[in-house]
Amino acid sequence: MTSPPSVVTVENLEKRYGSFIAVSDVSFHVDEGEIFGILGPNGAGKTTTVESLQGLRSIEGGEVSVLGFDPRKHAAEIRRRIGSQLQESALPDRMKVWEALDLFGALRAGGRDWKDLLADWGLAKKADARFGSLSGGQQQRLFVALALANDPQLVFLDEMTTGLDPASRRVAWELIRRIRERGTTVVLVTHLMDEAETLCDRLVVVDSGTVVAEGSPQGLIERYGGGVRVRFTHDGDGLSWLGDVPHVTNVDRDRNRYEVRGEGPVLAYVAAALVERGIAPVDLRQERATLEDVFLALTNEETE
Amino acid sequence: MRLLTKMSWLELKLFLREPLTVLFAVALPLLVLFVMGGVFGNEVDAEFYRGIGAMDYYVPAYVALVTASVGLISLPVHIAGNRELGVLKRYHASGMPTWVVVGASVITMFIIALFSAVLLVAVAKLVHNIAMPDSTSGVSAAFVVSGLAFAALGVLLGAVLPNARAAQALGVLLWFVMLILGGAGPPPEVLTGVMDPIGRITPLRHAIRAMQDGWLRLDAGLSWLIVALVFVGATAAANRYFRWE
Ligand SMILES: Nc1ncnc2c1ncn2[C@@H]1O[C@H](COP(=O)(O)OP(=O)(O)O)[C@@H](O)[C@H]1O
Ligand SMILES: [Mg+2]
Repeated sequence: MTSPPSVVTVENLEKRYGSFIAVSDVSFHVDEGEIFGILGPNGAGKTTTVESLQGLRSIEGGEVSVLGFDPRKHAAEIRRRIGSQLQESALPDRMKVWEALDLFGALRAGGRDWKDLLADWGLAKKADARFGSLSGGQQQRLFVALALANDPQLVFLDEMTTGLDPASRRVAWELIRRIRERGTTVVLVTHLMDEAETLCDRLVVVDSGTVVAEGSPQGLIERYGGGVRVRFTHDGDGLSWLGDVPHVTNVDRDRNRYEVRGEGPVLAYVAAALVERGIAPVDLRQERATLEDVFLALTNEETE
Repeated sequence: MRLLTKMSWLELKLFLREPLTVLFAVALPLLVLFVMGGVFGNEVDAEFYRGIGAMDYYVPAYVALVTASVGLISLPVHIAGNRELGVLKRYHASGMPTWVVVGASVITMFIIALFSAVLLVAVAKLVHNIAMPDSTSGVSAAFVVSGLAFAALGVLLGAVLPNARAAQALGVLLWFVMLILGGAGPPPEVLTGVMDPIGRITPLRHAIRAMQDGWLRLDAGLSWLIVALVFVGATAAANRYFRWE
């Protein structure tokens, strides 16, 4: 079986602003049809990276290819084929929503009908509204709609859910999945762990201009999530034997709250051991590690 | 081409949605006309105004001045403001060609200047019964050439200035200096000392002379060439320094 062709490949990307190194060593590849995440804290170099890929910034070092083109030489070819939602940009305040979509749709013959896009992104009622009168969330959705106006093969979404309330954020996630279902590859830049975890097939974690981890959200959680955590409450002492239960590596206690850490089937063994001793806590549960734990673990490593 | 038409139409609509700017572009030349017309009338005085009536002298000058005001003020403010806001970056990232973005702004400015000039001439004809253009093609050519020269200067200013405020400040300053020294304010004959040579190097002086050539058959000397050179030079510089963000 041949793997799908890479839509984006980045090898040892380096980018400086004057003497400041914003991106020192970033490498990854994005496969066709996936939602690929670039996750990292503010200032990590995410925006710099994706804007370099779009030929919007000069590149000091490394090999980069987007849809087979080098952004240093063929930026126009790339821009014609991609959609882009920039972290910071704007439209004239007095431009109407439909005018913007009509204009951007005209950039490519056979672009999508803007009425569909408006409906998809919940802006149908706002077609005649001026850009300046839209809320932050509506502007954000308009930018995503504009990014899709030329029916691109690949879209870059840079912090697209910033400024959305939790409910609209969920709607946006659903729409991003739909973009992918239409066959468009998505590169999603975010500093939100839950967003990356729910949406991304694979991702890189970027910190201080370098990639500190790469993989699927689940893979990263298994590798860096700090194993399994089982929690329950129990009044009274005498649970010192917990440390000897198979697969358990560590037991923490805060008054009546216990946290048991370990690897593998910790929950099953702890449950069995408790029941065997006549203890049946109703709140016995396994806490799932999240990307947040991964992220904290990765950045801790760095400060140590 | 379709894209340029769409963008120009949109730019024009956006312009018309800004009542203050519209008022400024249309009312300012008329205001200047009323004030100066009230002061000087249209009497002939051999010592001033190249020997013709003051309003006959001024109206072609004001038509040139209109191209200077849209070129030196409206255009740079528009371009620098759009860069400041991130609008240019938005266009650029979507693959909007530079010539469409710049071309549409220039076309819009031409339409505004044309409207404003026609209105100015119509009012001047009614109020002062000024001389009408001797050569329509000459006047049209002068309008296009000076429009292009000031548009190129405006794009250059818009390209190098960081934001709308800076563009507004420098644009108004340049426009005002040219108005006073270039020959659209006091008659050029009264400029003394250092003002005279400065007046001679303002593009507006030559734009006015080209316009008066078409309008009144007054000798323009090298002015046509100079205006054309301003256009070429400013275009080259604007092309070199244009930035999207
Ligand atoms: N145009 C610029 N000039 C100078 N420094 C910049 C510029 N853009 C970004 N930076 C710096 O580069 C670093 C990475 O920025 P950015 O790529 O925007 O990070 P992120 O998108 O991950 O938040 C930050 O320290 C930021 O201050
Ligand atoms: Mg960013």
